[in-house]
Amino acid sequence: MKLHEHQAKEILAKYGLPVPEGKVAFSLKEAVEVAEELGEFPLVVKAQVHCGGRGKAGGVKIVKDMEELKEAVESMLGTVLKTFQCPEGKPVNRVWIEKATAIDKEYYLGITLDRSSEKNVLIASASGGMEIEEVAKEDPTAIITEVIDPVVGLMPYQLRRVAFNIGLPVKEFVNIGMKLYRIYEELDASLVEINPLVTDKNGSIVLLDAKIDVDDNALFRHKDMEEIEDKSQLDPLEVEANKYGLNYIKLKGNVGCMVNGAGLAMTTMDIIKLAGGEPANFLDVGGGANVEQISNAFRILTADKDVKAVFVNIFGGILRCDRLAQGLIEAVRNVNTDIPIVVRMEGTNVEEGKRMLKESGLNFVSADDMWDGAKKAVELAGRCE
Amino acid sequence: MSIIVDKNTKVVVQGITGKEGSFHALQCKNYGTKVVAGVTPGKGGQEVEGIPVFNTVREAVEETGANCSLIFVPAPFAPDAIVEALDSGISVVVCITEGIPAHDMVKVKDYLKKNYPESVLIGPNCPGIITPGEAKVGIMPGHIFRKGRIGIVSRSGTLTYEAAYQLTRVGLGQSTAVGIGGDPVHGLSHREVIEMFNEDPETEAILLIGEIGGTEEEEAAEYIDRYVDKPVFAYIAGITAPPGKRMGHAGAIITGGKGTAKAKMEALKEAGVYVIENPAFIGETVARTLGVLEASQEKRTCEAD
Repeated sequence: MKLHEHQAKEILAKYGLPVPEGKVAFSLKEAVEVAEELGEFPLVVKAQVHCGGRGKAGGVKIVKDMEELKEAVESMLGTVLKTFQCPEGKPVNRVWIEKATAIDKEYYLGITLDRSSEKNVLIASASGGMEIEEVAKEDPTAIITEVIDPVVGLMPYQLRRVAFNIGLPVKEFVNIGMKLYRIYEELDASLVEINPLVTDKNGSIVLLDAKIDVDDNALFRHKDMEEIEDKSQLDPLEVEANKYGLNYIKLKGNVGCMVNGAGLAMTTMDIIKLAGGEPANFLDVGGGANVEQISNAFRILTADKDVKAVFVNIFGGILRCDRLAQGLIEAVRNVNTDIPIVVRMEGTNVEEGKRMLKESGLNFVSADDMWDGAKKAVELAGRCE
Repeated sequence: MSIIVDKNTKVVVQGITGKEGSFHALQCKNYGTKVVAGVTPGKGGQEVEGIPVFNTVREAVEETGANCSLIFVPAPFAPDAIVEALDSGISVVVCITEGIPAHDMVKVKDYLKKNYPESVLIGPNCPGIITPGEAKVGIMPGHIFRKGRIGIVSRSGTLTYEAAYQLTRVGLGQSTAVGIGGDPVHGLSHREVIEMFNEDPETEAILLIGEIGGTEEEEAAEYIDRYVDKPVFAYIAGITAPPGKRMGHAGAIITGGKGTAKAKMEALKEAGVYVIENPAFIGETVARTLGVLEASQEKRTCEAD
């Protein structure tokens, strides 16, 4: 789960970390009030969206007076901000307004999980402001990594080593690093990223931007986090799917897929592509694939208007195919659709399941295996275009 | 022979009184696995499907000689269950549970490596492990597997079933199939399982099923390149997956341009692995290639004569 910059900064401030003084605003009126409260210009107006590259897309503006502020806020609120990182865009329903910082130097600081060492790591670089992946590509030596021991945690000496290396005020940096690590641990974060961390003209450290992602698997112990999630930043169908414990991701194609298990779901997308089509989505109904899940999944799947044919690929094993067929028939009757549905299923009672689909009078097409199913679905979707 | 589990494996099921736990305990037992005990704290003394239930894993081990644990405990309590199994002397821990927080797994894995370097953890978020005809310690449908000589290692559940089913249909059985799980921090890695298959005399060829995210397949490729002479086949899921999106598994995500299917396939190809592009032809490709290999080996022996 992603937090907005303003939510992350509010958390940092609560831990006593140096973030620019600022406040979030959901309307123009609130924005003016915030500006009056902050009581000085220049201010920085930042669109709150879950995607990077805001600056270049007009999502970050420095304003010198109230007129400019209003103009900037109006240019953002209620719009869809498209950046190179997310070309489809995200709705801007709030802005963060903060006092401008006189930047001297920019740095990068992040804490995340390193899958190779299976430990958390602190990553720092004197090349701040740009994507850390870019830095890694161009000059790997510019990146300092400190592996965090799971038992003793991040140690101050590690932060001192970083500070001496990249030239940051040592005491201040150690204090900041230790607090950021505490936030990372206490929030069950998968990422805490400060990019850029800057020094201002007085030589003090300021955390200019902040990104916090929380591990979805740990949300059960962070109910408060779940409540503040801005669902407008997610695809509405993905949100709906999540409610039913389904994993759904919208893609660009026209062949809808419904699969049990994440690996097989990815595989099904791949095979649709191999068969010359484009998958409309990733949809995992869970390894067990019960009938209720399938019914919900079908409703969500067909709510996507781009879907011209559906490929159901269920490797049941223990699941009975006659029950699966029954569920599919009910689901199709409920959503009342006539788009063709290609069904490939494996499990017990396959023949009985196939017979039921055939005799239902609905637009089902049986497939013998994955390749047969993919080819049929792609062909049927193409015919409807 | 086989790897990790066989007909002598004695299984204790942690969380046996739950819906999943009791169902799969019975499935495993019916398959022929020696399911000797169950554990649910507070329910010691009961029986589930004729399997005695204990309050602690230690009791179960002392009373029944269990040496392998199968865990169905819900995510918030699963890290505790894994550590309890390890501390009770269990040498093979198979954790089916999905949704364990990554921070918890970092600590559990570190504990395992430091205190029980000889013990094996499979999963979490995995289908388990099966040695066909001997022991099924997991949730996979047993009937699609067949005893044979192909070792399977995979990060996903149903995709493993698909692959095993295809192999079985073309007459190729499996020595052991290991589902290592779809979480970013987990037990056995692709490389470690391949190492075991490489040393197992009854495994003649290896099928690796990977997916986007992380660098495990690349690390396996490095190992294969240096140490493995047996034929290795691979399929990688997620060539069409968009970056930055978690594809169901917490570990299946392309971040910062790392973990793409393409990079993994290239690394494996360079290591001499047969990379299968079309997942519907896994069985066929393996069979055809092995057939060809056998034929050319025969030819070689004939010429030598």
